[in-house]
Amino acid sequence: MRLMRRVALRRLGTGAGLCAAALAGLLRPLVAVAAQWNKTAFEAQVLTDALKELGLSDPEESADIVIKAPEIAENGAQVPIELSTRIPGAQAIYIFVDKNPQPFAASFSFMDTAEPFVSTRIKMAETSMLRVIVRAAQKHYVASREVKVTIGGCGE
Amino acid sequence: MAQAIRMRVKLVGDVADVRVLIEHPMETGLRKDPATGEFVPMHFIQTMTATLNGKPVLEAQWSRAVARNPYVQFRIRGAKVDDEVGIAWVDNRGETNSTTTKVPAPH
Repeated sequence: MRLMRRVALRRLGTGAGLCAAALAGLLRPLVAVAAQWNKTAFEAQVLTDALKELGLSDPEESADIVIKAPEIAENGAQVPIELSTRIPGAQAIYIFVDKNPQPFAASFSFMDTAEPFVSTRIKMAETSMLRVIVRAAQKHYVASREVKVTIGGCGE
Repeated sequence: MAQAIRMRVKLVGDVADVRVLIEHPMETGLRKDPATGEFVPMHFIQTMTATLNGKPVLEAQWSRAVARNPYVQFRIRGAKVDDEVGIAWVDNRGETNSTTTKVPAPH
């Protein structure tokens, strides 16, 4: 009896695998649409509005997102940040600066064999929380860090 | 305006470590031209794509908050010597630029 159950489960597993493969094919056009520049999210002036537009509301706190950023950025026009994650199945990294006029700064989607890692430089208008959201298969996760800014980079 | 893309690829094991420097003003529209006192119009890259042998590996969407002359570093697993890494961008004025480079042999 127990053996039967195991075989059945194994069959189910194969079925699920096939389903995932079929879904991946079906989802491809959606991904192409997602690649359109998200005007509404970028123009949102409040963090929660940007998150809602991106489908990233209420992310779960995660210790598996690594943020390397200066504690104090002398020049807000060039703030170096390095982001990576150990979250399995991470698909994209989103960067938000709470106190920028428009908080959604950038997103990086990783496909194929790209590692969930990115290093870049952003502008910060003033001292603010830097919020990093990672989108994985079904869930999204957040980590944040305060960066103090000496000279704002808004007018740059 | 010359808008160069400089790219450096280093192969570490089977991981291609890619560093890209894009020449672009990334104007926020909030900066005043010191000479005229007028605001300099918004001009910034909105999407950047990276490919490995023509296959997309990274798709970035940017706001005006990405720093001037954008710098991006990323990593692609499963890369080999002579694989081709491509970079392309489009800005809010519809201007574009792209370049490719071969993965060099590690030293």
